[in-house]
Parts: sequence; structure tokens; C-alpha cells
Amino acid sequence: MLTAKKKILINPKFKELWMQRLFFVISSTSIFILLLIMIFLFAEGIPVLKKVSFVDFVFGKYWYPTSEPPAFGIFPLIAASVSVTVLSAIISIPLGVMTAIYLAEIASFKVHEIIKPMVELLAAIPSVVIGFFGMVIVSPFLQDVFDVSTGLNLLNAAMMLGFMSIPTICSISEDAISSVPGAMREASFALGATHLETILRVVLPASLSGIITSIILGMSRAIGETMVVLMVAGGAAMIPSSIFDPVRPMPASIAAEMAEAPFRGDHYYALFATGIVLFCFTLMFNLIADHIAYKYKQTGDSTL
Amino acid sequence: MTNQFALPSIKYRKFKQAVFFTLLRFAAIINGTAIAIILFFLLKNGYKVINWTFLTQPPMDSMTRGGILPCIIGTLYLSLGAIVIALPIGIISAIYLNEYARSGRVLRIIRLGINNLAGIPSVVFGLFGLAFFVIYLKMGVSILAGALTLGLLSLPVIIGATEEALKTVPETYREASLGLGATRLQTIFRVVLPCAMPGILTGAILGISRAAGETAPVMFTAAVFFTPDLPSSIFDEIMALPYHIYVLATAGTEIETTRPLQYGTSLVLIALVFGMNLGAILLRAHLKRRMHI
Repeated sequence: MLTAKKKILINPKFKELWMQRLFFVISSTSIFILLLIMIFLFAEGIPVLKKVSFVDFVFGKYWYPTSEPPAFGIFPLIAASVSVTVLSAIISIPLGVMTAIYLAEIASFKVHEIIKPMVELLAAIPSVVIGFFGMVIVSPFLQDVFDVSTGLNLLNAAMMLGFMSIPTICSISEDAISSVPGAMREASFALGATHLETILRVVLPASLSGIITSIILGMSRAIGETMVVLMVAGGAAMIPSSIFDPVRPMPASIAAEMAEAPFRGDHYYALFATGIVLFCFTLMFNLIADHIAYKYKQTGDSTL
Repeated sequence: MTNQFALPSIKYRKFKQAVFFTLLRFAAIINGTAIAIILFFLLKNGYKVINWTFLTQPPMDSMTRGGILPCIIGTLYLSLGAIVIALPIGIISAIYLNEYARSGRVLRIIRLGINNLAGIPSVVFGLFGLAFFVIYLKMGVSILAGALTLGLLSLPVIIGATEEALKTVPETYREASLGLGATRLQTIFRVVLPCAMPGILTGAILGISRAAGETAPVMFTAAVFFTPDLPSSIFDEIMALPYHIYVLATAGTEIETTRPLQYGTSLVLIALVFGMNLGAILLRAHLKRRMHI
């Protein structure tokens, strides 16, 4: 018995090999979980297709899950998610990319050390606190300034989401801009270009793939964000016609209705199916970002 | 005399640059002040309610008075549970990816999995936690189900941070250790991991702080509106800070009366999260100094 134990101990190659295999298995956990998430989402979401057809579900204009007979059309929810995300991108892309350029190219070390942590802290604020802030501070403000019936609307949600995705856009863009080799800047300066011309014609084109990746990841974060849209978007399941309309994006609908939906009833299945649609959106965003990052992976200045 | 390559005068170009740079600076200032504005309003409206009673008493009179102790404890349990689950898996995944895996299809697929896991909306994690842990594995709405869901959610954060930390360990350290006759495993556990520890710990704390602030995943899997008792086992339901804020701010009949409590709870949550972030930064600095790297 003892000798057998000893044998394993003094056989490092054996141990090494098995540990490596164990490590491999554990590192596959992420893939495994991703698959598990898909399986369970589909298992609980697909049964809704017994009630409504795929086309009626995705393009149906009416979401009245609790009325009799219920209507399960999530097009208003999709429209709300897309419009909130696009509007938030209009806010976050210029602010995020411009801040990244400022931090990477212009700011002095001291200013960089002040602004960078502030932007990073913005990312650390829990989303429910941002939602709360939007509810109690921004909403009355919007109501007063624009004289609209409710401050809980598309614009408010988009502003909050915009500021939530700025840190993502800013820090990934800044990394991309900083990784442009200094020699390229120097070459541009030597040709007589000003700093601005160097940034616009040399640095930005060279870091474009990183900036686009950051924008896609930022939008992916915005479309999946739950608490903010649950608290400040207003909650009306209709296709918005102005930026002051209250809306009900997909995550808000799932979070708000799950508690009341009868277990494994049609409403419950419909909410899981909404989760599948949301999952597909973010999966698409991530695959595109991953593809761009991989395809244009910068390996030295030779690939530029 | 027109030359198609002629540039506008240098004065104009410098002026254009000045305008642009002012815009850029302005954008950076807006971003920097955003956080200050949020903190200012929360502090202004919330500092009055924060006192010893608020931090050490359970809610009273159907949550219109009293404190938030059960929520603080619940959030601590959930985020610590999440990290206990995510840390070992995360560190080993990162070790495999950084120390063993050769670039190729397998590595690419694993990375794709991690990236996509990181991008899944938190509400979808909540749905998964509900379908898998709460219903399929019959854990019920419990600390365990919530901690597992949050653990999976913070896994990509931990893997990312650990990988970054492993990358900063110089290749020469590994070569020296292998050159002395150590096996790969010995090299990893006695040379690489100790050197990477500051980075890994920072990642772990950031993971906890992310888990502590999440609402959507715990509202289906662990949290309840109100429970008078502190949890006695991991199968109990609990209250959590983020969910408490949401409930007080939207679902109560006394939304206006409990406004100060909402501000106070938000402040406590922010203090917890920022405290952890600050702790992570200080710890990293301290360990780095001690290890001379």
C-alpha cells in the first residue's frame, strides 16, 4: 500500500500529465456553462412556440401577456431595446472615444491619473444605483426642462445607459490607441503634420479595429442592462414614436414579470423566449467584436 | 499656381487643433464629473439616515423605518459565496490558458466561450439560475442558488484578471525554475503563482464587488422582499442591498416616505463597492512593494 502511494508520488511525469488534463477540464467550464445556459434557455423558452408562431412572437405588435386571450408579440420590446441602445450609443460613442483620445494622446500624466480612475469608478457603480439616480434626480429634471408628461422615458434610459457604457468604450479604445507604435507618430510629425493631423490620419486609422470592438462591447452591455431600463424606461410596451415615450425593453420585461408569471405557464415560457432573443442579440454583438479583434489583431507595426 | 498638395496655412491648422483639443478635453471633463454628480446627489440626500441604528437593525413597520442589517449580511454572504465558487475555477482556467495551452483551435474555442460568457446579460444569468439551480437542481430560492449564479457571472472577470497577472510574471522566472530541475507544476505553484498573487487578489476583490452590486441575477434566485430572520443555512432566502433599493424605490406603497432609506441604502452599497475597489488597489500596491516586483 505504502509503496504504491510512494510510486505515484515519485512519478512526477504521471502527476504532471494528469494535472494538465485536470486543468484542461476545469478551463473548459466556461464553454460548458455557456452550453448549459443555452440548453436551459431553450428548454424553458421553446414551448411558447406551441402557443404562437415564431413570426408572430418576434414581429407581433402586441404584448399583453396577462389579458384574456393573452398576446405574446415582443416586437415592441425589441424595438424598445434597439432604440434605447442606439440612442445610448449616440451619447456614449463620441464621449467615450473622445475621452480615450484625450487620455491616450493629450492628457498630462497628472490629469490622466485623475480622470482615468474617475471613469473607472463610473463602471464600478452598481446598475441599480444608476437606475435609482435616473428615477429620483434625472427624471424630474427632464420633466421640468422638456415639459413632458413623464421623465421616465426612452431619453432618460438612454442617458443612463450611455454613461454606463462609456467606461467600456473608453478603456478599450484607450488601450487600442496607446498600442499604436510611437514610431508611426514620429514619422507623421517628421513629415510636418500637426498633432491633430497625426491623431486623425495616423493614430485613429491604426487603432480603428480596437475602437470598433470597444463600441460593440459597449452596445452589448447597454442592450443587456436590466436594472436601469427596469427603473427608468417607463415600462409601456409600445413601439416608441418619440424619445420622450416610455418604453419597455426586453430585460425590463423579463425582470418585472418573472415573479408574477405562473410557473411553466405560457407567460413564463414567453419570458424565457424573450431571454433567448436577448441572448442572441448579445451573442451576435460579441461574435462580431471577437471576429474584428481576432482578424485585425495587431502584431507589431508590420500588419498596419 | 494652384497646387493640389497645398495645405492651409499653419495658423489655421493650429487653430483647428486647438478647437479639437478643447472639445476632447471637454468630453473628458464631462465623464469625470458624471461620477461626481451622482455621488454628490446621493451624499446630499442620504448622509442623514446613515447612523448606527440604520446599519445594525432590521427593517421595521413594513420597511418604512429601521435599518438594513439583513440586506448587508445577505449581500456579503452572496458575494463571498460567489467568490468561493468562482476563484478556484477562474484561477485554474487562467493557468491552463496562460501556462499550458498552445495557440490553436482549442484555445480559440475556450477563449470564445469566456468572452461570450462575459457578454451575457445579467438578467439571462438570472433566468438560467432560476431554471437550472432553483428548479432543476431543486435548490429553491436560496443563498446557494444565488451565490452559484453570481459565481458564474464573475468567472470571466476572475479569469481575465488572473491571466493579466500571470502575463506580468517574467518568462525568465519560469526558465530559471525549470532550469533548476523543477517540474512545470512546481514552477507554477512555487514561482509563477506567488509572483502573480497581487494581481489575482485584485481580480478576486473586483469580482466580489461586481457580484455585490448585481440585482437581476439574485432577484430570481436568492433575494426576497422581506424576511425577518437572518439566514441560518445556505438554503434560506435572504435580503440583498441592491434588491432592497429596487423594492423600496419601485414596489412599495410608501415610495415617497422611504426615499431617505433608499438614498441611505444606495450609499451603503456604493461605500461597500468602492471600499472593495479601494482595498484592491491598496492591497496590490502593498503586495507589490513587499515582493519587489
